[in-house]
Amino acid sequence: MSILINKDSRVVTQGITGKTGEFHTKYCVEYAFGKACFVAGVTPGKGGQQVEGIPVYDTVEDAKHKTGANVSVIYVPPRFAAAAIDEAVDAGMEVVICITEGVPVKDMILTRYKMRDQNTILVGPNCPGVITPDEIKIGIMPGYIHKKGSVGVISRSGTLTYEVVDQLTQLGLGQSTCIGIGGDPVNGVKHLDVMRMFNDDPETEGVVMVGEIGGTDEEECAAWVKQHMSKPVVGFIAGVTAPPGKRMGHAGAIISGGKGTASEKINALEDAGIRVTRNPADIGKLMDKSLN
Amino acid sequence: MKVHEYQGKEILRKYGVATPRGEACFSVEAAVAVAEQLGSGPWVVKAQIHAGGRGKGGGVRLARSVDEVRQHALDILGMTLITHQTGPDGKIVKRLLVEEGADIEREFYVGIVVDRSAQRVVVMASSEGGTEIETVAALTPEKIHKVIVDPVAGLRREQAKDLAAKIGLPATVLDHAAEFLLGLYQVYWDTDASLAEINPLILTTDKKVVALDAKLNFDDNALFRHPETKELRDLDEEDPNEIEASKYGLSYIALDGNIGCLVNGAGLAMATMDIIKLYGAEPANFLDVGGGATTEQVTEAFVIMLRNPNLKAILVNIFGGIMRCDVIAAGLVNAAKEVHLSVPLVVRLEGTNVDQGREIIANSGIKITSATTMADAAEKVVAAARGDR
Repeated sequence: MSILINKDSRVVTQGITGKTGEFHTKYCVEYAFGKACFVAGVTPGKGGQQVEGIPVYDTVEDAKHKTGANVSVIYVPPRFAAAAIDEAVDAGMEVVICITEGVPVKDMILTRYKMRDQNTILVGPNCPGVITPDEIKIGIMPGYIHKKGSVGVISRSGTLTYEVVDQLTQLGLGQSTCIGIGGDPVNGVKHLDVMRMFNDDPETEGVVMVGEIGGTDEEECAAWVKQHMSKPVVGFIAGVTAPPGKRMGHAGAIISGGKGTASEKINALEDAGIRVTRNPADIGKLMDKSLN
Repeated sequence: MKVHEYQGKEILRKYGVATPRGEACFSVEAAVAVAEQLGSGPWVVKAQIHAGGRGKGGGVRLARSVDEVRQHALDILGMTLITHQTGPDGKIVKRLLVEEGADIEREFYVGIVVDRSAQRVVVMASSEGGTEIETVAALTPEKIHKVIVDPVAGLRREQAKDLAAKIGLPATVLDHAAEFLLGLYQVYWDTDASLAEINPLILTTDKKVVALDAKLNFDDNALFRHPETKELRDLDEEDPNEIEASKYGLSYIALDGNIGCLVNGAGLAMATMDIIKLYGAEPANFLDVGGGATTEQVTEAFVIMLRNPNLKAILVNIFGGIMRCDVIAAGLVNAAKEVHLSVPLVVRLEGTNVDQGREIIANSGIKITSATTMADAAEKVVAAARGDR
């Protein structure tokens, strides 16, 4: 078991003929069951071509019809990304993972509005993707640092997630699924949504949540954990040293109106019984301690 | 992206949102000319910088005669204005706004932002005008009223009227106030703003609802569809190092400490700053070099960091994923040679081909301290900055 994706997922890559899409698709296909999982690509007007041996279609609908794809991953440029998400949702994809960084907030507000009555689960945008180790990798993370196991990882960041995964793997702690939910203010699944999934996943025995300054997602997740979570949770919040009013790389990583500071988040997590470390080098060790 | 008050007000007027009459001036003569054109006074002479708190810093002054306008313009233009948002060095004032004075009966607050939990736009209003909304939120949160806006229907007239009533605007001006709020919302939505804040919004003694101040910020990711907004950018208001860094795809923010850090990825960059602090020192900057970390980018990053006179050491923390550590190490060594590093450099590489990467650094012939974990790196760089090595 795992969450969101596994070796039975069938993936369509939107924007497969672009440089980024083609580059990362190659590594995804090479990973574990990737060859069987990555069944289609979509670029409007380029239907009939092939990329890495994968057939390209004009629309997601067409790709789904011909290949049975149920998951989409998006690498299209930012100004077209929200429309690409809409297309995947309309085609009935179960999971949509949008890697693209720099999508306008207004576009995402409208896309989230259109999705409100749909069952599609959106991950991202501005995220590294999702990986279920030894089964399937959808996104831009380095596959080899992962190891199959029972720790779930949720993070708003890219390389910081790799850092955490690497620590876990070095300690012999494998992962059930690792999810980068992305660094944008308006996006798909939040910490809370993923935490619920991990709580319901029998294979997951503990969860690492990595948060950062900006917004209140971590606080909302912590409140839920306090009431409902049956598994140990370890947390780290990046940005204790971040100054207010400055956007720290990610569009959503900003302390505004005095809200969204790291210390507020750390307090909320600790109040919920989540074991928090201030030292990013100790996240793996703390998970290890919490499981044993 | 931020714009000046006068630019914000020009946009508001296009949408029929009432503001005092006024014009931007770049010289004392122009200020006097604008004042004369506006009528018999009184006038307000306002410093135009992007930071808030201008009034307290002496950047907003009332003039009762044209001579006073001239004197205020003379005093304010070229002054270094220090407010709680400018930092200790302050900002040199290069632009003025000269406006007609207003007879204020009461002050209010209205602000529009994205509500991240609701994933929609929220219009906030309060009876506590003139006070920072952060302070109101902390002390009297019950005085802030909110409307979450349906993105397709937009702000509805009844919602706007209801909000105006809740903050205590008198019944006779509610229609007028609703018009104001609807216009402001339309400005926010049409221009891809990320903040539209009117503080204070005033009720004048002759019962008009007017934006006495205006703060508009815009979503950088949407500027491609607003060339007219892009034109309003004032580079004088931005940190020249941040501007230069952005040309190379680097995301750089100067901080107060003395340990420079160069990291790939925003989350890891923040975590690196945090661990430096945890080991007893302070980071000199945030610097995200992105996924590629090319020689050109790293060289530029070193150049920018080395301009900081307080810099005592540099920590490079790279998690090489698909970009291999050996490639990054070669780039780092070239960059370090090119800029003649004058401070100790600690490098922590992790990820693909890390052993080859470390070997390249060890054999480079330049003095670089290699570190394994983030904790090891932090300990070493803090010691180096103190001169303990």
